[in-house]
Amino acid sequence: MDDMRGVAAGQDTATTKISARGVQVHYGTNHALKDVDVDILDRAVTAFIGPSGCGKSTFLRCLNRMNDTVSSAKVSGKILLEGEDIYDPRVDPVQLRAKVGMVFQKPNPFPKSIYDNIVYGPRIHGLAKSKADLDIIVEKSLRGAGLWEEAKDRLQQPGTGLSGGQQQRLCIARAIAVSPEVILMDEPCSALDPIATAKVEELISELRQEYTIIIVTHSMQQAARVSQRTAMFHLGDIVEVGETEKMFTNPSEKRTQDYITGRFG
Amino acid sequence: MPTQHTTTVFDEDMKFLAHKIAEMGGHAERMLEHAVRALVESDIHLARRVVSDDVILDDAQNIIDDKSVLVIAQRQPVASDLREVFAAIRISTDLERIGDLAKNIAKRVELISERAQGVRLVRGIEHLGDLALAQVKEVLDAYGARSTARLNMVRDRDDELDAMYTSIFRELLTYMMEDPRNITTCTHLLFCAKNIERIGDHATNIAEAVFYMVEGSKMPQFRPKDDESHKVGLDSQG
Repeated sequence: MDDMRGVAAGQDTATTKISARGVQVHYGTNHALKDVDVDILDRAVTAFIGPSGCGKSTFLRCLNRMNDTVSSAKVSGKILLEGEDIYDPRVDPVQLRAKVGMVFQKPNPFPKSIYDNIVYGPRIHGLAKSKADLDIIVEKSLRGAGLWEEAKDRLQQPGTGLSGGQQQRLCIARAIAVSPEVILMDEPCSALDPIATAKVEELISELRQEYTIIIVTHSMQQAARVSQRTAMFHLGDIVEVGETEKMFTNPSEKRTQDYITGRFG
Repeated sequence: MPTQHTTTVFDEDMKFLAHKIAEMGGHAERMLEHAVRALVESDIHLARRVVSDDVILDDAQNIIDDKSVLVIAQRQPVASDLREVFAAIRISTDLERIGDLAKNIAKRVELISERAQGVRLVRGIEHLGDLALAQVKEVLDAYGARSTARLNMVRDRDDELDAMYTSIFRELLTYMMEDPRNITTCTHLLFCAKNIERIGDHATNIAEAVFYMVEGSKMPQFRPKDDESHKVGLDSQG
């Protein structure tokens, strides 16, 4: 089946960025994630797909310890970011989240100016010494998020005044402002119109040159378009993980086949 | 198609495509069968029917094309659904070509039957036609059953078909050399034989399409041998 694997050729630097082994999550008595083993490759887009309640968002939230904020959540197993256990007690979750940034389903800019939205993270992490440094970060981040041209003349205006698609790209700019290594995206386009979606997808393709990206999506077409690897979740387990091209033309598992072709879920 | 889509219209669309292909296949088989019979039996009436029936295949192919494009636009099929639609497009193209080739044979029947010696020469072509028909039947059965089990045999028999075509080519050349008055008939028969050989090639195309549809991978090392007639020259006619 080598003929189906064109994309793999572009992935010569296929090193593992995140390695998860035996990850389980309980929310109280609910066993949300049963036993997840997966390797996330560096500088590639990995899509998490699966029906609602399958555990994909839960697992995504394990990767930057967002589940720490949910009191009933209990996470076990090992998650290594470049070989380092992110659940080691010595790891500061705030520092971890600077390394592993997140973009949410609904654009959620701070009720501040566009400029302040971006410099918020770099300020608290002490990444800039002067106003000039911050200016550079703002421009770089907005350019990185494909928003510079649209926003450069209104940096002091509120971020909430932007359109939905622009707000989402502002959130991406805010995420990359702290120079993360991994960006987690939880259905980043589900509240956007097709053009704004296309812009974010275009951005994702560009960002993968520098970042490891994991995207949770309910759009099969989006997963097929933007990702190089896809992991299919069902009932708290990973059913199948592999190259996206193969997954969408010839999946190995029947449950994957049934889900992506719209037969259940 | 084992389990059903959540969207029943999607199921209906896919069933429609499969059904239309089966229908087209049956029609193409019949056209080939009738064209060869018309040739063997000098049945001009039957030949004319084959010619006029070709439009049915053309229409069916258009319907399959339109439906496939619509399914792609509306459903963005993936995995097995995508392969089904892709196969439908490919197979309908091959079936339409098979119809064209059968029609071309039928068009020559009248002229060939006018010459008495024509009948004597068509026996080889009859056999060639039987073989090609068996090939077309086999691949259409494989499509209907979503089975790749017998597709290897199709490949083997295509070699046989090519070899038989080459020998008919030699035979017809010999007749032409024996008596130049045979040339017109033999040339028409040569085209008939070539058409049948091409139908065999379309059958192997369909075999490949079915294999990809079912397995999701290319048919392994599929290298059908060409017919050898391009190497046949007067020198070898000793």
